[in-house]
Amino acid sequence: MSMTNEYIQERLVNQFGEAISNIEAPYGMFSFEVPKEMNLKVMQFLFDDDQLKFRFLTDICAVHYPDDKGRELAVVYHLHNLEDNVRIRMKVFTDINQPDVFTATSLFSTANWMERETYDFYGVNFVGHPNLKRILNVDEMDYFPLRKEFPLEDQTRIDKDDEMFGRGGSIR
Amino acid sequence: MSELIQKHGQHIKLPEGSIEKQTTTLNLGPTHPATHGVFQNILEVDGERIVSAEQTVGYIHRAFEKIAERRPLYQITPLTDRLNYCSSPINNMGWHMTCEKLLGVKTPKRVDYLRVIIMELARIADHLICNSIVGVDTGAFTGFLYVMQYRELIYEIYEEICGSRLTTNIGRIGGFERNFTNTAFEKLERFLREYPGVLKEFEGLFQRNRIFMERTIGSGAISAERALNYGFTGPNLRAAGVDYDVRVHTPYSSYEDFNFEIPVGSTGDNYDRWLVRNAEMWQSLNIIEQAYQKVQEFKGAEAEVYHADVPEYYLPEKKDVYTKMEALIWHFKIIMGEIDMPKGEVYHSVEGANGELGFYLISDGGRAPYRLHFRRPCFIYYQAYSELTKGAMLSDAIITMSSLNLIAGELDA
Repeated sequence: MSMTNEYIQERLVNQFGEAISNIEAPYGMFSFEVPKEMNLKVMQFLFDDDQLKFRFLTDICAVHYPDDKGRELAVVYHLHNLEDNVRIRMKVFTDINQPDVFTATSLFSTANWMERETYDFYGVNFVGHPNLKRILNVDEMDYFPLRKEFPLEDQTRIDKDDEMFGRGGSIR
Repeated sequence: MSELIQKHGQHIKLPEGSIEKQTTTLNLGPTHPATHGVFQNILEVDGERIVSAEQTVGYIHRAFEKIAERRPLYQITPLTDRLNYCSSPINNMGWHMTCEKLLGVKTPKRVDYLRVIIMELARIADHLICNSIVGVDTGAFTGFLYVMQYRELIYEIYEEICGSRLTTNIGRIGGFERNFTNTAFEKLERFLREYPGVLKEFEGLFQRNRIFMERTIGSGAISAERALNYGFTGPNLRAAGVDYDVRVHTPYSSYEDFNFEIPVGSTGDNYDRWLVRNAEMWQSLNIIEQAYQKVQEFKGAEAEVYHADVPEYYLPEKKDVYTKMEALIWHFKIIMGEIDMPKGEVYHSVEGANGELGFYLISDGGRAPYRLHFRRPCFIYYQAYSELTKGAMLSDAIITMSSLNLIAGELDA
């Protein structure tokens, strides 16, 4: 049976109702948002359901939207149903002051290092993770380098700024 | 620990009240010839048997994802070169295909076939290094020495097409920088003519070799279920018996036009991984032959097509840049990223030599990606290493590491 985006949407909305929001399909991939308290519940449902069978976790990463108050950090999960070969994208938004998101390690062993990496770069606190410490950066680091408030360039440089990249900014 | 001593017996009787530990902590790496790069493994060994292992990564972390947030699309290609540097053309083309998906560029068939040729050559180069290194780690240097000249030949083909060998930076959004020269096709023909015989001999050196079999069979094994749970893809997953291959399941670059099989193993141990990679090299040869035939079928003006007609994204030819004002302006605009990218989110993955290599690109309409995330297969394999080596001998741990085909550049992006 070929699984369509409409079918996945119908199943999810039937199960979780209003909790599933921001449903869209950019470039054909079904993507949706769930409240952060429900990420495990939804993933478990997607995993267990014998029609949906999203049992392969392709990727976890985070994105920082500094202007979106109260939902600055997005954790993005890419899930894959290998049998029907369908991919979906699930997003969880969280406040940057209390970035607690439940860990997916109980469901997928592969989430372990992916979550450590996400913690390392964005500071998302994965509640229940067995070994949540920095992975690529040094332990002594006291900030999360991929957040937007840490620009790549030296702050005293004047030849490169965000304006060069099409998003405002100013030359100091 | 105590049950291990009970199982294997304690050979040295320690004096009464001794505080000596039963296990030794051993640092394997970060820079050790057997670790193929910079991996640190803190092993707790009881004699030669590994009780527990912990991996530490990050020694060559170069912040690619951060750098990419300030670079226009073309300037990200050199970053992808340095992910899995044994097969950088695959990374380049994966990246360009991600851009094409975002920008809505459609490539001509001939470009697709030429890309398939390059990608499969890269896969062969990657697999032959991995498999011969597994040989070296079991003590057989001959195979490694012997196949190296054919990796050299593959590099010569790259050189003929783009001018560089290891970090190739090959291709453009929409196609290639220049058409393949006759010399490139001659070298490709020579490769297709000579490599099958070499591969046959290489196979003969290892496949039924008693020492090689005893060293690899049964070590570093993983079940299909655990492999899937660990997010394994590529040859490492197929060795465990799951026939998942991005080229077949989500075809890109006209892979649907080719007939090939997906080799699978059954036990997921080091020997099966070797066999799967070896079988994949035969399949890749098969694909290259088919693609080369298809390329030859293009006649006349069609045989000259090597890029899509997208002047907004495709860099003008160098000789025009030097002589024509219009071309110079476009070159500048594209390099500086002055062409607006559409807003959107793209996930595109290709079957890298070592597994599913994914690019997750979020564009906010700026000139550089708002966020770019690489799904690096090596990063995902390495976390299973402690499970794979638990209870194994120290020498098995080395072979397990090489047969997973861990490449430091992809691990620590």
